[in-house]
Amino acid sequence: MRIQLQVALTHLTGRTRQTFVSLTGVILGVAFFLAVSSLMRGSEKDFIKRLIDNSPHITVYDEYRLPRTQPAELRWAGGAIRISNVKPQTETRGIRGYREKLEFVESMPGLKVAPVLVGSAVLVFAGREESVTLSGVVPDKMKTVSTLEEKMIEGSIDALAANPNGIVIGTGLAQKFNLGLGRNVNVVAANGASRPMKVVGIFRTGNANYDETQTFTLLKRAQVMFDRPNRVNRLIIQLDDPYEARDAAQRIEAVAGYKSVSWIEASEDILSVLIVRNIIMYSVVSAILIVASFGIYNTLSTIVMEKTRDIAILKSIGFHARDVRLIFLLEGVIIGVVGSVFGLVLGAGLMKLLSTIEFRPPGITEKVQMPIWWGPEQFAIATAFALVSCILAAYLPARRAGRVHPVEILRGAA
Amino acid sequence: MTAVLRAEHLGRTLAGEVPVTLVEDINLDIERGEFVCIMGPSGSGKSSLLYLLGLLDVPTSGRVWLDGEDTSAYGENELANRRLEKLGFVFQFHFLLAEFSVLDNVTLPMRRLGKHGDAAIRSRGMELLARLGVAEQSAKHPHQLSGGQRQRVAIARALANDPLVVLADEPTGNLDSVSSATVRQILHDLAHQMGKTVVAVTHDAEFASAADRRIGLVDGKINADWRPA
Repeated sequence: MRIQLQVALTHLTGRTRQTFVSLTGVILGVAFFLAVSSLMRGSEKDFIKRLIDNSPHITVYDEYRLPRTQPAELRWAGGAIRISNVKPQTETRGIRGYREKLEFVESMPGLKVAPVLVGSAVLVFAGREESVTLSGVVPDKMKTVSTLEEKMIEGSIDALAANPNGIVIGTGLAQKFNLGLGRNVNVVAANGASRPMKVVGIFRTGNANYDETQTFTLLKRAQVMFDRPNRVNRLIIQLDDPYEARDAAQRIEAVAGYKSVSWIEASEDILSVLIVRNIIMYSVVSAILIVASFGIYNTLSTIVMEKTRDIAILKSIGFHARDVRLIFLLEGVIIGVVGSVFGLVLGAGLMKLLSTIEFRPPGITEKVQMPIWWGPEQFAIATAFALVSCILAAYLPARRAGRVHPVEILRGAA
Repeated sequence: MTAVLRAEHLGRTLAGEVPVTLVEDINLDIERGEFVCIMGPSGSGKSSLLYLLGLLDVPTSGRVWLDGEDTSAYGENELANRRLEKLGFVFQFHFLLAEFSVLDNVTLPMRRLGKHGDAAIRSRGMELLARLGVAEQSAKHPHQLSGGQRQRVAIARALANDPLVVLADEPTGNLDSVSSATVRQILHDLAHQMGKTVVAVTHDAEFASAADRRIGLVDGKINADWRPA
């Protein structure tokens, strides 16, 4: 064992009670840091999950973000050309060559995609009319990119595949029209095409507007209804890691040319709120560790004062100032490492305990669980923060110890 | 023959509102294998001179030569390295580390130097303890030893890295007469049998009688330097 480490351990074991108190501070700090930050990050993830549950991670529209570069600008690049009133083109016929684009997107890793043809339609039933958004979907693909299947309370999306004339509607609409599973309803497209459809599924998302206005049918049926054979006007994309949506959307837009909007872009305001919330949370939980580091500072300062004579002896023997500093920094590191290990264990225990808590908020029928997030980086952040605060706490006493002048101490003792 | 330790116009003044001169214009050549005693009344600056010769303190004027090297240009770390390799200290109050065993105390300088493996360091530590007659105390802690035993352990520690010079500050100041005689004999043998240079500060005339050379100090200046026949 290196001599500096042995001296450091001797100092710590020689003052069991103070070391224990410092250690307890770090253990509790790490444990609370871990438990609270996991809870907050868990609730953040839960919130984002709810935020993006009913909307796709990336939507590719049949629109362009910028107008095309005009031929004159290409021909005389850098020339004094000004072309006014150039607008981004809108493909009224949907996304061109969507199958190739679909294939390209599917070839990207960690990502699922579904083609959709969205249009307006009017539902006519028993003399009542209601305008709705009718989306033509491929049930197998839709299930992979949307949580709609989980929201079904009656029937299923798969029933669309079995019945080309099927339609899936929300509870709001079903109540309004007093529709049930198996009932027929007349659907009229904007161009006048009309067709009776059978309700094969009813969903409830909890969003009243969504439940009243959104309807789904088979893609082929929608293409016929809207008279857009072999066309889609949306690609809905779901990512394994929703946080890569921004980059993925940029890549898709670069290749496909069409406007690709990530959920991050669509809900930037809410995300900035979450960032502020994280900053608040980390500063509060860090405060616990900062308080704990005062305990370490106190212990090490006491040791330095008590051991001035020993430090003088070591320096007279030929120890450098940095050897002495190292001894006290090691003491901080030892408290930090041991405290982190026990703190992580205790914190994991707290997280386990929190995740078993179930409660029922007033007015909500479902039981809610504490959303704990078991992310490895929470453990890493807690450990890193504990070590940094321990080393910082040890730094001042270590510097003071390094400055001990042996002659002053020896002269005083003689 | 070149001097192992040489002081050239050595002076040390403590800065302050009223500057205090500890030693002044000391010129001294100490040869290899000499047993030198520095004597003088308290406050005469003998300990200060020892700290300067031992590179623990930095002179405000003049310079110290150790083993033919001028140490005046050296920084703190270089001085520490010289202390580690070429000098050994024995203090009045043994100054052993209380939490360390006797053997750990003796091996401390060797482990800092790091020239030998753990096994070699341990065996050399035991050898030194045996030579000083305290080998059977190796596993004990300093507080379990008598004053004389502690001082012998401290001498063993001073010898750990086989230094050229052993500097002792009132090594018998805290010991009974029997232990004093033992320590005196040990330091004498270090010089005469092992060829170490021993410089000891004392105000004990009996101790000084064993030395080859006595240097008297009054008010920070040498007032006597003689070798008894």
